[in-house]
Amino acid sequence: MISLALEYSDKLLMGMWVTLQLTLIPVLLAACFALPLAVLRRKPNLWVQAPIRLFVSFFRGTPLLAQLFLVYYGSGQFREELSALGLWWFFREPIYCALLAFTLNSTAYQIEIMRGGLQSVNVGEIEAGLACGMTPLTLHRRIILPNAYRIAFPALGNEVILMLKGGAVASVITILDIMGHTRRAFSQTFDINIYFIAAILYLLITTLFVLFWRTLEGRLNHHLNRPEQRTVIAARGVTAVN
Amino acid sequence: METLQLLQLGEHGWGDQLLSGLWVTLRLALTSLPIGLALGFLVATVLMSRNRALKSLAIAYTTTLRGLPELLTLFIIYHGAGLLLRQVLNWINPDIGYVELSPFVAGVVALSLVFAAYSAEVIRGAWQALDKGQIEAAQAYGFSPWLVFRRIELPQIWRIALPGLGNLWINLIKDTALVSVIALNDLMRMAGIAVGATKQPFTFYLTVCLMYWLVCLSFEVLLGRAEKRASRGLKTLGGH
Repeated sequence: MISLALEYSDKLLMGMWVTLQLTLIPVLLAACFALPLAVLRRKPNLWVQAPIRLFVSFFRGTPLLAQLFLVYYGSGQFREELSALGLWWFFREPIYCALLAFTLNSTAYQIEIMRGGLQSVNVGEIEAGLACGMTPLTLHRRIILPNAYRIAFPALGNEVILMLKGGAVASVITILDIMGHTRRAFSQTFDINIYFIAAILYLLITTLFVLFWRTLEGRLNHHLNRPEQRTVIAARGVTAVN
Repeated sequence: METLQLLQLGEHGWGDQLLSGLWVTLRLALTSLPIGLALGFLVATVLMSRNRALKSLAIAYTTTLRGLPELLTLFIIYHGAGLLLRQVLNWINPDIGYVELSPFVAGVVALSLVFAAYSAEVIRGAWQALDKGQIEAAQAYGFSPWLVFRRIELPQIWRIALPGLGNLWINLIKDTALVSVIALNDLMRMAGIAVGATKQPFTFYLTVCLMYWLVCLSFEVLLGRAEKRASRGLKTLGGH
């Protein structure tokens, strides 16, 4: 198994790089789109709400593989129109199609996550901000968004992991990510161990990411567990024992 | 109009092929659900047990399967279990020749294993959220352990775990699409066949998306009702 891993190490490393791109680019792009859409999604106006709800429901209610095929193969049906618009270079490339499909998918999930985060911001804090005479922009910048992101943070980390795992379907449209290289190597060697090596790689990435995200979360909530508060709690613990 | 002709039932359209694919997809999901749920319950029990060795085994199981891409799990089962099966069968009877694990069985095994890993965590969470006092009260009444489980624990685990399990069920339906990659004639693959013949990829993949969407939405409605029913005995604030 080790010799097999060494034999395919540079390919697997290249695959890892593609997998990381296929995860991080969509997630970051989606993060940019999801925030304004989540804010709009909370407006009471049905004409604003309905299209966003429809978008979210569609992309959460269909398989990622089907969405990928819809973008990659589906665009072929409009080849002439897309060429006329000068967009065909984009839809011709599997990697761009995968990035587009994954971004749309992640946007839908992140809208729901951010909606939950925005909803959970303490009303008292918003009222306090309003009472201080904050403009809506300042209110969002200083009070609503920092709190919403803090609440949504663990769920956003889960979304990154879901994208990392879900992104493996890109191998089906010939993209050589970890999964793509693994499938190719298996078809050459028929050695099942190559799949176990891929499994270890995926587990390694997820574990490292979870640790990284936890550290970030600790930083983000630093003010919530200050050392003096900890001592107070510890002191209470001691009294309780006594 | 042309599009409608492509999708109609019978000889001229692909409607019946798509429906047969949908039937395979649903059968796959509905077969994996009870197996995965039973296994999930079993793993949850082990996660809650005091036996250290068994417990770490169960933790390893849930973390691994939740950390792997479902597609990779499917390939490992399809190729790996196929290999194993072949070796075992050849060892029993060397003349049996070439055998292959059917894509349907491989799909059921892979999807059940994944569902079990996720549902075990949901069920464990619900189990731990139970009110200990109620269990003690039941024991004080002389309930046998099985009766405690059936009358006190199970109905409440069900109520608390239902939203989480519902999400997993929707994920399971969506994950069935992956099985098309190992050549099972499910909805996704039937659409691929139709696209090969008609050269209308957008039409068919959009139709397939809409079919999956419809299935997921219907189950969401059903789950909403089930959740209401499961919490009918619950006291709520403000009469909502």
